[in-house]
Amino acid sequence: MKTNSNSYTIIYSTILVVIVAFLLAFVFQALKPAQDANVALDQQKQILFALNQDRKMSDSEAKAKYKQLIVADDIIDADGHVVTKGSQGGTEAGFKLNSKDAKEGRLALYRCNVDGKVKYVIPVYGNGLWGPISGYIAINDDKATVFGAYFNHESETAGLGAEIKDNQQWQAQFKGKHLFASDPQKIALSVVKHGTAQGDNQVDGVTGATLTSNGVSEMLKADKGGLQPYVKFLNQK
Amino acid sequence: MSLFSKQNKKVFTEPLNINNPIMVQVLGICSSLAVTSQLKPAIVMGLAVTIITAFSNVIISLIRNTIPNRIRIIVQLVVVAALVTIVSQILKAVAYDVSVQLSVYVGLIITNCILMGRLEAFAMTNKPWPSFLDGIGNGLGYAMILVIVGAFREFFGRGSLLGFQIIPKSVCDAGWNNGMMTMPAMALILLGCVIWIHRAYFVKDDK
Repeated sequence: MKTNSNSYTIIYSTILVVIVAFLLAFVFQALKPAQDANVALDQQKQILFALNQDRKMSDSEAKAKYKQLIVADDIIDADGHVVTKGSQGGTEAGFKLNSKDAKEGRLALYRCNVDGKVKYVIPVYGNGLWGPISGYIAINDDKATVFGAYFNHESETAGLGAEIKDNQQWQAQFKGKHLFASDPQKIALSVVKHGTAQGDNQVDGVTGATLTSNGVSEMLKADKGGLQPYVKFLNQK
Repeated sequence: MSLFSKQNKKVFTEPLNINNPIMVQVLGICSSLAVTSQLKPAIVMGLAVTIITAFSNVIISLIRNTIPNRIRIIVQLVVVAALVTIVSQILKAVAYDVSVQLSVYVGLIITNCILMGRLEAFAMTNKPWPSFLDGIGNGLGYAMILVIVGAFREFFGRGSLLGFQIIPKSVCDAGWNNGMMTMPAMALILLGCVIWIHRAYFVKDDK
């Protein structure tokens, strides 16, 4: 076969690309429903992890726990008013929002009830070193101290930046930290260089992952996608 | 030619020692620096690269006679990228936990020099079965070095292996933990030492 002519090369590459494109499109379409279900379940688990629930729970346990603990997945605006009311164990209102919604001012707020105590879970969105990062911050009913935190990432380096998700001890450092310093209008919770955390507002960063840790810090304080847009809600006592 | 002829065995075992992809061919260095700060990601990455190298080797070997010479690198890249994407999509649907763990490796696998190196050097000129063995052999040779460096760095950097604390916490805090070990720079130094030891003891006919 003469494989060096121009026409052969062009036809070959065209056919190859068409085959690969169809194959990929088919795989995406065929697997989408199963993937969506998995993603939704994973999101429920992340919210439960932020509420300090057992990380090893099974899928069915997670579904049941989510139904039990989440009182409502409300959507609120920057003034702290409820725009759309969620439902018990809801997955239709605030649950459906993503980072774009958060940046445009449609804020998801999960009202939860853990062992009879009111907790709030707030989703946050930001950027790590290599790609987007996100997290769920659970807040006590005083609306000022952290109950628990869970972070997720898409492409941080395993063993370094990925520690923000994998390292439970690191996430546990957020427990009991204060969102505000002296100014109740400004989120002060931050992540600092490993070993230099002081006071009620600072958390040690991950060793060897300074830029990802900075990303988490920026994310918490961000005006768009962070905790800052929730300030008016948090100040309603 | 039988499936496990002498020649095929050589194809499989050489990359484990005298033709190791990292130590001798010096391929895949970038990813071996990135994922070896702990043992677990090193193992996962090693296995993933082994599987993908083997199967992309087979595919390229099957179509090797039809590939136009001038665009062969592009064809190889398309095959590797499509394969990795499809595998990660299937995992996302049937084994979500695994896919989440592997998602950070997808980019590292596609751009891994070992894949391109083996496709170009071996699969383009050999039959599918030897190509498969070559992929497995090179993948395991790569995984082996990753595991050695990963275990060393996790043990001396954090006093643990696979996340289990081996050195007691108090000893760790008293100065066992070597912050240098968790830095990527130390991976390069360790890798240099591994190559040095390997050259000194196993590579005889190099002069």
